[in-house]
Amino acid sequence: MELISIGIKSIFIENMIFAYFLGMCSFLAVSKKVSTAVGLGMAVIFVLSITVPINWLIQEYVLKEGALAWLGAGFTDINLEFLQFIMFIAIIAAMVQLVEMIVEKMSPALYGSLGIFLPLIAVNCSILGGSLFMVQRDYTLSEATVYGFGSGIGWMLAIVALAAIREKLKYSNVPDGLKGLGITMLITGLMGIAFKSFIGIAI
Amino acid sequence: MSTETLEKPKEAVKLPVEELFSKRRKKLITDPLGEDNPITVQVLGICSALAITIKMEPTLIMSIAVVFVVVFSNLIISLMRNIIPSRVRIIVQLAVVATLVTLVSEVLKAYSYEMYKVLGAFVGLIITNCIVMGRLEAFAMGNKPYDSILDGLGSGFGYAWIILVVAFFRELFGSGSIFDIKIYDWIANNLGFHIQTNGLMVDSIGAFMILGIIIWIQRSKSGYVEN
Repeated sequence: MELISIGIKSIFIENMIFAYFLGMCSFLAVSKKVSTAVGLGMAVIFVLSITVPINWLIQEYVLKEGALAWLGAGFTDINLEFLQFIMFIAIIAAMVQLVEMIVEKMSPALYGSLGIFLPLIAVNCSILGGSLFMVQRDYTLSEATVYGFGSGIGWMLAIVALAAIREKLKYSNVPDGLKGLGITMLITGLMGIAFKSFIGIAI
Repeated sequence: MSTETLEKPKEAVKLPVEELFSKRRKKLITDPLGEDNPITVQVLGICSALAITIKMEPTLIMSIAVVFVVVFSNLIISLMRNIIPSRVRIIVQLAVVATLVTLVSEVLKAYSYEMYKVLGAFVGLIITNCIVMGRLEAFAMGNKPYDSILDGLGSGFGYAWIILVVAFFRELFGSGSIFDIKIYDWIANNLGFHIQTNGLMVDSIGAFMILGIIIWIQRSKSGYVEN
């Protein structure tokens, strides 16, 4: 029950984009066509659901205060938390590289559609954000996995919806200064209002 | 004959030395403030920073942090640009930026723990701020250290003033205050009329709207049209 609640919350209520502005760069840059938006969204789900649990393990068994206790009694009071950022970003970069290689080997078709986006993802704020929030909220391993997966779905939902709107937008008459980024910002705001309607839903 | 050969290389050395603030270098700083702004024109770095623009104070701290990280990562990468193999450059850049951000976060934790708690995970997210990575990739990898510092300063301030403007309006309309000075309360007490605060501005939606409008105003002034 708790897990479903976390999943729903991370998809709709605490949506990466509408609540925290994470991954906005690629959200704005890659939302011109629905098909590419779906590709990037899939890649984000993929990487988020892998990196969040792995970073949870790193945090729990390496970085946290006293986490190195399993090495022996002499390690109980070591606190490596200041290495958090470097470790997390290194894990993410390495994971992205690994995923890229595995996908290339296993499914060339999927690689063809995801390939260009995978390297982009290493610097997508929503991936690092997912790991940092997971630490802040003291999730357990299963909660962290669900949270990573749910955040990815929420992100994909947002980018695909925006891409669909922007495809239609090509046929409308937008003032010159508002074309492109300006109107996209306003639309994102309106979509955010729609997502606000999920607030207060409790499962 | 011998004096000529001695003098010639001297001239050759003198020629490429540029003024400390030549026209080109001034442009490096002023361009990102206006017509080449990282947020409104290049669409970079909107990611994490908008989340903290609810109030002016955290925004100011965030701006200082970002300027610091951009300037120093630009400098360090520029110094190392000839020894970084191009295949692993993203990892090297990430490592440099992550180190600087860790520094910022530790300093914040030590001297301003309240602010550290307000900013929370968003300090860490400076690592993936596209402005930082973008400047490293586009400028510092191919330019001299001093120019890179100027470029970092320009981009940092170009970013800072936009998010400060966003924060100004969000705090004024959303909480009725500026830097926690209660403007609306003062108006209610001294001028006798009550202004309602707008809850939408405290929410993320307000940031999207205000940024959209700022972009609109700036682009209609500069005449830039996106296709």
